[in-house]
Amino acid sequence: MAFEYAPAPESRAVVDIAPSYGLFIDGEFAEAADGKVFKTVSPSTEEVLSEVAQAGEADVDRAVRAARKAFEKWSALPGSERAKYLFRIARIIQERSRELAVLETLDNGKPIKETRDADLPLVAAHFFYYAGWADKLGHAGFGSDPRPLGVAGQVIPWNFPLLMLAWKIAPALATGNTVVLKPAETTPLSALFFADICRQAGLPKGVVNILPGYGDAGAALVAHPDVNKVAFTGSTAVGKEIARTVAGTRKKLTLELGGKGANVVFDDAPVDQAVEGIVTGIFFNQGQVCCAGSRLLVQESIQDELLESLKRRLSTLRLGDPLDKNTDIGAINSAEQLARITALAEQGEAEGAERWSPACELPSSGYWFAPTLFTNVTQAHTIARDEIFGPVLSVLTFRTPEEAVAKANNTQYGLSAGIWTEKGSRILAVANKLRAGVVWSNTFNKFDPTSPFGGYKESGFGREGGRHGLEAYLDV
Amino acid sequence: MPTSASSPKLSAPREQGGTPTALADVTASDSTLRRFLHGLPGVDAVGLEARAASLGTRSIKTTAKAYAIDLAISMVDLTTLEGADTPGKVRALGAKAVHPDPTDRTTPTTAAVCVYPDMVAVAKEAVAGSGVKVASVATAFPAGRAALDVKLADVREAVAAGADEIDMVIDRGAFLAGRYMKVYDEIVAVKESCGTSARLKVIFETGELSTYDNIRRASWLGMLAGADFIKTSTGKVAVNATPANTLLMLEAVRDFRAQTGVQVGVKPAGGIRTSKDAVKFLVLVNETAGEDWLDNHWFRFGASSLLNDLLMQRQKLATGRYSGPDYVTVD
Amino acid sequence: MSEKSEKSEKSEKFERLSVLKTYKLYVGGKFPRSESGRVYEVADSKGNWLANAPQSSRKDARDAVVAARKAFGGWSGATAYNRGQILYRIAEMLEGRKDQFVREVGDAEGLSKAKAAAVVDAAIDRWVWYAGWTDKIAQVVGGGNPVAGPFFNLSSPEPTGVVVVLAPQDSSFLGLVSVIAPVIATGNTAVVIASEKSPLPALSLGEILATSDLPGGVVNVLSGRTTEIAAPLAAHQDVNAIDLAGADEVLAKELEIAAADNLKRVLRPQPVDYSATPGTERLTAFLETKTVWHPTGSLGASGSSY
Repeated sequence: MAFEYAPAPESRAVVDIAPSYGLFIDGEFAEAADGKVFKTVSPSTEEVLSEVAQAGEADVDRAVRAARKAFEKWSALPGSERAKYLFRIARIIQERSRELAVLETLDNGKPIKETRDADLPLVAAHFFYYAGWADKLGHAGFGSDPRPLGVAGQVIPWNFPLLMLAWKIAPALATGNTVVLKPAETTPLSALFFADICRQAGLPKGVVNILPGYGDAGAALVAHPDVNKVAFTGSTAVGKEIARTVAGTRKKLTLELGGKGANVVFDDAPVDQAVEGIVTGIFFNQGQVCCAGSRLLVQESIQDELLESLKRRLSTLRLGDPLDKNTDIGAINSAEQLARITALAEQGEAEGAERWSPACELPSSGYWFAPTLFTNVTQAHTIARDEIFGPVLSVLTFRTPEEAVAKANNTQYGLSAGIWTEKGSRILAVANKLRAGVVWSNTFNKFDPTSPFGGYKESGFGREGGRHGLEAYLDV
Repeated sequence: MPTSASSPKLSAPREQGGTPTALADVTASDSTLRRFLHGLPGVDAVGLEARAASLGTRSIKTTAKAYAIDLAISMVDLTTLEGADTPGKVRALGAKAVHPDPTDRTTPTTAAVCVYPDMVAVAKEAVAGSGVKVASVATAFPAGRAALDVKLADVREAVAAGADEIDMVIDRGAFLAGRYMKVYDEIVAVKESCGTSARLKVIFETGELSTYDNIRRASWLGMLAGADFIKTSTGKVAVNATPANTLLMLEAVRDFRAQTGVQVGVKPAGGIRTSKDAVKFLVLVNETAGEDWLDNHWFRFGASSLLNDLLMQRQKLATGRYSGPDYVTVD
Repeated sequence: MSEKSEKSEKSEKFERLSVLKTYKLYVGGKFPRSESGRVYEVADSKGNWLANAPQSSRKDARDAVVAARKAFGGWSGATAYNRGQILYRIAEMLEGRKDQFVREVGDAEGLSKAKAAAVVDAAIDRWVWYAGWTDKIAQVVGGGNPVAGPFFNLSSPEPTGVVVVLAPQDSSFLGLVSVIAPVIATGNTAVVIASEKSPLPALSLGEILATSDLPGGVVNVLSGRTTEIAAPLAAHQDVNAIDLAGADEVLAKELEIAAADNLKRVLRPQPVDYSATPGTERLTAFLETKTVWHPTGSLGASGSSY
């Protein structure tokens, strides 16, 4: 290649990762009651980044108590005061955003381009947005003086560690709840750095508690009798388990789960932008996105030319060091996830779909998966039904708008969908018929704190973001 | 991941009048031409601009930057298009094109100097023997508001004076009025007047076409009519080259070659003043049309002040110090 | 029964025997018996026999879901104005047959005629209240979102789908109407399990619905043993939500666990004063929020810069 981009790595020096971290309970870092620790690694190199205390049931209990104790004063604060804490947090995140972006890239494996340009700006914006609500709750349509629920137990995934934290913590605090949050076991670091931001912001002790740990800690948190609100983002299987756990209690529950989003491209689509939207839809964050456009539904009459354009475009994707500013595709988050993606892709082949990847050299260490396209896929293929949560696109065709809608909706999920056509009435007609919580027309994977996000059907219930996002944390 | 673009087919057949055989039907009549242009895929402005902005975040450092700066210098059509142009000014420009950095003879020459027709002979003499081409704007530049025979006379004069390249403007009025065949015929006529020696750059004045859909249509119209280059702007209106309109034109030349086998060049002009901007455009070329266009035969910058910034950046890379305007030459 | 035909003065030899009504289910716009052939005795508050009611089976429940699903497309696709007109029509029809419902509610709940009449009036008024909501709720809970980018972004509520409603056990009519109306007002379709001990007002409501321009299948009424019918419905994969108003604590927990299998939206039982004007909670409990994005951008290519 004539124009070879020289390495352009973002400096790691901006972030100082300690060799070990504790749990953050009642404003203090502490060891786990049973002394357990686990290692967190950089998925792109398998380098151990730090050793982190692993929360157990006793720690969950301690954290919930701390949150309960803090709730009384926190919920009694005037909303305007709570707002100022959140504004402070938003500002500190902006100040420290480069550090946090590098940290997130190290711990998660996603490209610095994304943490820098998407994750971190959205994190700060989310706190800024909900800060403004804290003293205006009486105007939100939930009564003149809506009350908080109490202690919120929040369990978040590894795909957008800090952004999911923001989606959970910002509305919870704005409405006067206190929180115990469990980050994912493969990405605990940014949440622990957030604990430090809470310290810098002077947030009262116990209002935010962070418990790194595994599924058992999450289960204990969800089941804790003194938790009033459960918010979970993650897999549909775990979401169902949580729904069973809270059954028969008064705990309010919101779930943001899996998806198998259809990206529907009509023959009159703005083709070049559609190709970009398809790429963004499935390769953003290595496809480890619940709302990924993992099913491409393309009108049969333009299939060949669209696929040709798509393949040409995929050949320009740059896979490699996530810290390199020119990297488009980073590492898969964990060996476990890589194994799952690999197995599903193999099943796709075994079931007769045609597999294609651009020529692409994978680094020798770390967890990597080449951008992959499957053609000749039908609704009956496993790769058209199961959420892969990786950079794997299944291509299906349709002949008419009715067929497109029927296929798009033919899934247990209902989180996202995309529509590409230059015909306005078709956009609105198809958007009306799609059973999905977010419909991107002539764009994809756009997020904003003011825009409610959440699923239909088995993609979960409740909305995060916007005025709608307040409801999950209010006693209404 | 390396791209695997096929090699350009420079000698693909074109019928008389410029339209490649593969698309001969398109220009058979006014209505077929209109149907074809209006049948091109639409452009979503937000998506296009987002893609251009996203490519603008590429970080081009060290060796890549050195390569890009030299490539950019070699692609500059060093331009002076002023009422006040004099032979002296044009000679100075020519000298600069041949030796952009007198202190460093390894600096590549620019691609061309670009002048008004009456200055072609002077320019030709100034760059003689250097390989630097002389480009001349013609066809009643920049407005293009003149009768066709006047425009053709303008072209013939420039070619006769030795112009290697002709930068024509299209009739935007006719285009916006939907008289595509008139625009087409005019380009074909100008192309004929260029003869076999001069390459034709067709300027759309994208700022006046206003919409991206129009820019895509104009690009195809120009290519169908035999343009060797499609060029954004005259540099004389408010909005000239932008990453988005250049990206769109790069998509057009890419698609045109895929469909016809004929490769056409792209020239963004006006408003590109810094090395950083120029490198962004080269990234657009690299990741849209591909490496076949990373050559001054297929990509140009219509610029004047850009060159000095490129030279200062080049000096910085060579010496490690930031340079200043006193260390590069004024034209 | 409270209303027996009075002796005719001219034929004093025998009392006219009244014509009893065979209460039937209301499913898919039709009035079937339970496929199981079973009935159970329904008594008034004093224990006097009132009628036999169909004792629905899990197959009846399944049929009701099929009917509700089939009706969903048309009903959710109807204009909000049209739905409002039909809900108002239900109130009109009820008003005309008020006496029947006063009698049935009085029997079912042991209320005096005056009190039963007040309950029926409130129930009729409740239809009117929800009739007015059909074309307003979207403006109250939806709207444009000011996203930080060149995008049009609109959130609108949409009906969840097929909703199973366990009608309140004690408020056989006002409670019933208060849980059905909000479900269908927004375009959902409903499978309703009537109060187990007092199902007759619910079964009679079916007759009203059938004559109110409400498309068949939008509301389906089942009577029988609540636990028996509710269990398969809570586990049914083609049901989207469940209102547990008529479930006790034990049943509610059981059903909520079953509902988790396909992540049904669950409205847990809670104390409700059905005589009070409701809020929007029962409307929003069975609404999804759909957010649609579209680029806006500038009018032309001339606004862009770098």
